[in-house]
Amino acid sequence: MDAVTVENLNLWYGDHQALFDVNMGIPEKSITALIGPSGCGKSTFLKTLNRMNDLVKGCRIEGTVKFNDKDIYAPDVDVTLLRKKIGMVFQKPNPFPMSIYDNIAYGPRLHGIKSRSKLDEIVETSLKQAAIWEETKDSLKKSALAMSGGQQQRLCIARAIAVNPEVLLMDEPTSALDPISTGKIEDLSETLKKQYTIIIVTHNMQQAVRISDRTAFFLLGNMVEYGTTDQIFNTPQDKRTEDYITGRFG
Amino acid sequence: MKQKQAKETAIEILFLIFGIVSVGFVLLISVYLIISGIPAIHEIGLGKFLFGKVWASGQGQFGILPFILTSIYGTAGAILLGVPLGLMTAIYLSKAAPKKLSNVIHSAISLLAGIPSVVYGLVGMTILVPAIQHAFRLSSGACLLAAILVLTVMILPYIINVSETALNAVPAEYEEASLALGATETETWFRVSVKSARSGILASIIQGTGRAIGEAMAIIMVSGNVANMPKLLGSVRFLTTAIVSEMSYASYGSLQRNALFSIGLVLFLFIMLINCLLRVVGRKGADA
Repeated sequence: MDAVTVENLNLWYGDHQALFDVNMGIPEKSITALIGPSGCGKSTFLKTLNRMNDLVKGCRIEGTVKFNDKDIYAPDVDVTLLRKKIGMVFQKPNPFPMSIYDNIAYGPRLHGIKSRSKLDEIVETSLKQAAIWEETKDSLKKSALAMSGGQQQRLCIARAIAVNPEVLLMDEPTSALDPISTGKIEDLSETLKKQYTIIIVTHNMQQAVRISDRTAFFLLGNMVEYGTTDQIFNTPQDKRTEDYITGRFG
Repeated sequence: MKQKQAKETAIEILFLIFGIVSVGFVLLISVYLIISGIPAIHEIGLGKFLFGKVWASGQGQFGILPFILTSIYGTAGAILLGVPLGLMTAIYLSKAAPKKLSNVIHSAISLLAGIPSVVYGLVGMTILVPAIQHAFRLSSGACLLAAILVLTVMILPYIINVSETALNAVPAEYEEASLALGATETETWFRVSVKSARSGILASIIQGTGRAIGEAMAIIMVSGNVANMPKLLGSVRFLTTAIVSEMSYASYGSLQRNALFSIGLVLFLFIMLINCLLRVVGRKGADA
């Protein structure tokens, strides 16, 4: 079943059109990679899925984005609830300047959980799921800013998991990290996809090959080609996809 | 080449002298205050001076507890009113206000900061004091409350400007992360932005405190200037206004005059304390 369905999506920043007629069905509990050169619209597309583009002034969209068969741009949609269901991990690790514990507990507290024992439990399971519990269990009170970049990014994943989302959007989550940390996050996504639908924007084509089930190739605001990762990288149908993955531009 | 070098050295020395001059003034003032403040304390006795409840320079009674308490209450009152007001304004300006409106408010605030304190006093005297007199049916509206209200307005620009700068410096990524977790904008401002900017906000409060405790001219005009123990609706005298109101007629070398210097020393210590706090907070902020 598709977790997210996008139909005829067009997006403008003021007068500039950034996305053209995107159609895409994203299956649940799998990893979908969005690839393409800088400025192709893949990050913009990602942000339409949890309505983070609402924050951009002059941003206007047409078409529909359905999450569990409901249009997320319908007027009666509670955006905060939507963002709870569709979590996001950003390009640059951005833990809050608070303790590790408070970072994870931030979301649950926001959504009304006050009981200390319940919060303790959420913090522990989230950190375990993000494979960072062993490194942090003795220092939960320490500032998250004291951690390494790779640890911070896994903390951000744990923070996103803590509100119990269904979908995780990842916007180039490893582009600011070293290879070892990148490897850890890739391994982590493989485990996480058993429970979550993951959509990841990546600049790194090897990464898409390594972890994703399906890949979409974006170019100049168009989704050029979308299929299984295997098919996109081995038998691309479109000449532009082939040129990009063989490194002729990008 | 050599000539150029000599010129550079000369200029460096000149700047060094300028630097030393300001340090010199601080040292001079400190030393002078300590030297001139100690004799009266010595003569009256530290306990009797600091904790004496009666100041009657005519009868040789020099207890400054009423002034100390008035200064503390007045400053605390101004902070209590000014901080919520100023912080909310800063949040609004930094996060919510449309650009045009925020420009208008900004220029109003800088104007507020530039108004001479005697003008605050005048406005307070002609508008605020009669209003309080009327509202509480007092024989005179010149009281601690009037002084607190005037001080509140006077410290607002400091609190707003410094807090706003701190709030503007909060990385947008923090706020995005919060919104992406399903927080509303208001929740994000209070739980993430204010928290991240807390050291700057604290610095703004301390600066406001320093400003309030050191103010004299505006509050002497609205506080009634009688050396009573402080009451909200009673006529009061501050540490600063105590010096201002008697210095002009205290005869040279008298105990009264020396006691006024001692009040200056106490005030000086208060302000030193506040500055030290500011330093500590600033350093903590730099660490975080």
